[in-house]
Amino acid sequence: MLINASRKAMHGGELGLLLFFATTTVLCLIIAAQTTEGPFAFHAALATAASIAAIFAIFNRYFERPAEPAPLEIDGKPNYNFGPVKFTTIAAIFWGFAGMAVGLIIAMQLAFPDLNVEPWLNFGRVRPLHTSAVIFAFGGNVLLATSFYVVQRTSRARLAGDLAPWFVALGYNFFIVIAGTGYLLGVTQGKEYAEPEWYADLWLTVVWVAYLLVFLGTLARRTEPHIYVANWFYLAFIVTVAVLHLGNGLALPISMYSSKSYIAWSGVQDAMFQWWYGHNAVGFFLTAGFLAIMYYFIPKRAERPVYSYRLSIIHFWAVIFLYIWAGPHHLHYTALPDWAQTLGMTFSIMLWMPSWGGMINGLLTLSGAWDKLRTDPVLRMLVVSVAFYGMATFEGPMMSIKAVNSLSHYTDWTVGHVHSGALGWNAYVSFGAIYCLVPWLWNRRELYSLKLVNWHFWISTIGIVLYITAMWVSGILQGLMWRSYTALGYLEYSFIETVAAMHPFYVIRALGGFLFLLGYMLMIYNVWMTIRSSDAVSPAAARAPSLQPAE
Amino acid sequence: MSNPAPAQSLWARHAKIETNSILLLIGILIAISFGGLIEIAPLFYLQSTVEKVEGMRPYTPLELAGRNIYVREGCYLCHSQMIRALRDEVERYGNYSLAAESMYDHPFQWGSKRNGPDLARIGEKYSDDWHLAHLNEPRALVPQSIMPSYAFLSRTPLEYRAMADHLRVLRTEGVPYSDEMIEQSLADVRTQVDPDSAGADAFLKRYPKAKLRKFDASHREITEAEALIAYLQMLGTLVDFKLYDNKANLR
Repeated sequence: MLINASRKAMHGGELGLLLFFATTTVLCLIIAAQTTEGPFAFHAALATAASIAAIFAIFNRYFERPAEPAPLEIDGKPNYNFGPVKFTTIAAIFWGFAGMAVGLIIAMQLAFPDLNVEPWLNFGRVRPLHTSAVIFAFGGNVLLATSFYVVQRTSRARLAGDLAPWFVALGYNFFIVIAGTGYLLGVTQGKEYAEPEWYADLWLTVVWVAYLLVFLGTLARRTEPHIYVANWFYLAFIVTVAVLHLGNGLALPISMYSSKSYIAWSGVQDAMFQWWYGHNAVGFFLTAGFLAIMYYFIPKRAERPVYSYRLSIIHFWAVIFLYIWAGPHHLHYTALPDWAQTLGMTFSIMLWMPSWGGMINGLLTLSGAWDKLRTDPVLRMLVVSVAFYGMATFEGPMMSIKAVNSLSHYTDWTVGHVHSGALGWNAYVSFGAIYCLVPWLWNRRELYSLKLVNWHFWISTIGIVLYITAMWVSGILQGLMWRSYTALGYLEYSFIETVAAMHPFYVIRALGGFLFLLGYMLMIYNVWMTIRSSDAVSPAAARAPSLQPAE
Repeated sequence: MSNPAPAQSLWARHAKIETNSILLLIGILIAISFGGLIEIAPLFYLQSTVEKVEGMRPYTPLELAGRNIYVREGCYLCHSQMIRALRDEVERYGNYSLAAESMYDHPFQWGSKRNGPDLARIGEKYSDDWHLAHLNEPRALVPQSIMPSYAFLSRTPLEYRAMADHLRVLRTEGVPYSDEMIEQSLADVRTQVDPDSAGADAFLKRYPKAKLRKFDASHREITEAEALIAYLQMLGTLVDFKLYDNKANLR
């Protein structure tokens, strides 16, 4: 080797990040020292420690890495970067367990209120922990993992950036730690699904911009002429979530040394902003992002091309255009002006069509491969997820009709609807993707046990059915009790009578949640055993033929 | 080959977007901007959005502190503050909620689920003692309640040293707090629980209809429970619906 072939030096990314983390170390240290609020000091100290750890990690990595940057190709084949994908896959599995376990706890709290432990484990503090952990921690890490995987594979290019993907993966999970611990300590800005306070929001913005840049940078490197359809959905998800986050989260802190901030908007405008954000967290985080998963993993696992390329174009643009309008259906008969409510309802109903367009495109991809459903429980999970997506996207437009909503709003029917989407669609499609990804990433021929996948499928399906039927009954029952009149024209039930009537259904719901968690634990074991097994195959053999580009 | 291309089909044109990530990005941004702009922007300038009513005023510092506890504990996850314009709701809870009634709410607390009853007009429906006992142990008063116990609130002294900062930020965001209100904010917390104090009259002038009394008689110092009760007791009490003219706001 020539001695002067290459002198090792820090590249711009390393220097920039070192400077960045040096700044955050000092800044967070000052805040930790100055603030009088316990939780804020704790978070600032945590951020200081994380910044210092990041500095050490960057130096360590620098000393151990070769002088040359990782090659983009090896022997004419893309040199994929799967490290961050593996990390976020494991993180997703971890947070999924935490989030679902917390969900079971709050379900039990509603049935048996003595399970509340004040102040930290009261329902009002733990409920945001559940929603954030399953949506943003579990779902978010699944989206990070799959998007980083899919964008590389379908672009036939290595992930852009050297440290940037790690910054996104670790930074996002740090955001989750700050948000989650904050809820328990009483740090919240009081907006559903957007509870993290101003400093966590600020950090997430930085991470999210890096995510967008990594994604676009990888697309720019692609060797395929067309951008694969899954990546359209990922891009729409990343960009729109950024817009929603900035619009809804705009807030002024009372001081730099306080975790407390006040949202810029108030009253009716704040309500509209909130549900513009809230419903599109559903539309773009839980729908567009997960449709991207569907568009890669179902064709891949079924070994069939996507059913219709034209349908995917139509439903992509229709879904993203229409979804944005749907928010006001959360505010029917409230003080939001009628014209806005009517717009929200109208677009929600229209949304049914492109949603089913996506469902049809996913399901009919199975054309000619339906028999695989009998033998492949992973594919079955993926396909059933699309069926649940179809069910939830029919139920949603129906509930957005004002007359229906007058009954369903404020009741458990909404909770049931959310969970048929969240458990049936989002969780199942994630499970399917994880079951596919783990053998691919760790170069295993197949999962440790397909039989366990089968068990997972059936146990959780029974769990979902118990969950959503209990919530349909309790929701409609309570809605009807609230508006029930006696023959003399008086309200028939006091509010507390309608609460008491919910008890049996809350017990059934908790049982359903328990079964879902039980199935999930089978997946953890299965994944663990797959990674541990010695059945390694060479990366080349494990790599199935890559997908056709969009056309 | 330089044959003039036949009139390109829409599908072929879409290939331009599919092969250019920046065009795709711009297309997405355009597609998602319509809904938000059309539904949100008019709410800021259409005058009919927020009714003109008598009686609305900013929260007193103590009420605001109580409201922040309400937000912190996630009360909005089980209690709505939005009475819909439906017969049974109006009979159960009172007049349907007006947009004006939450115009100073940063953030709004309309809620989305009723595990417990609506609280938009809970003010003065129960006594202070009832609220305190109920917060301490809900099932002592309502055996079938599924509400958690909040006994720690009456054990925790209220932290309100930064009150002026709170009011100042809210003023920046459009809540009409005057210089005097901000200057007096610390003293006003104490004045509100001490009706005999010298500043009581001036306080009431600043905050008409404010309730001036010791909300938690069992503790000498001001507790978090006290602030929360002060907030609960004013909810829905500012607008007098005997005087409110529904038709006046028709446009």
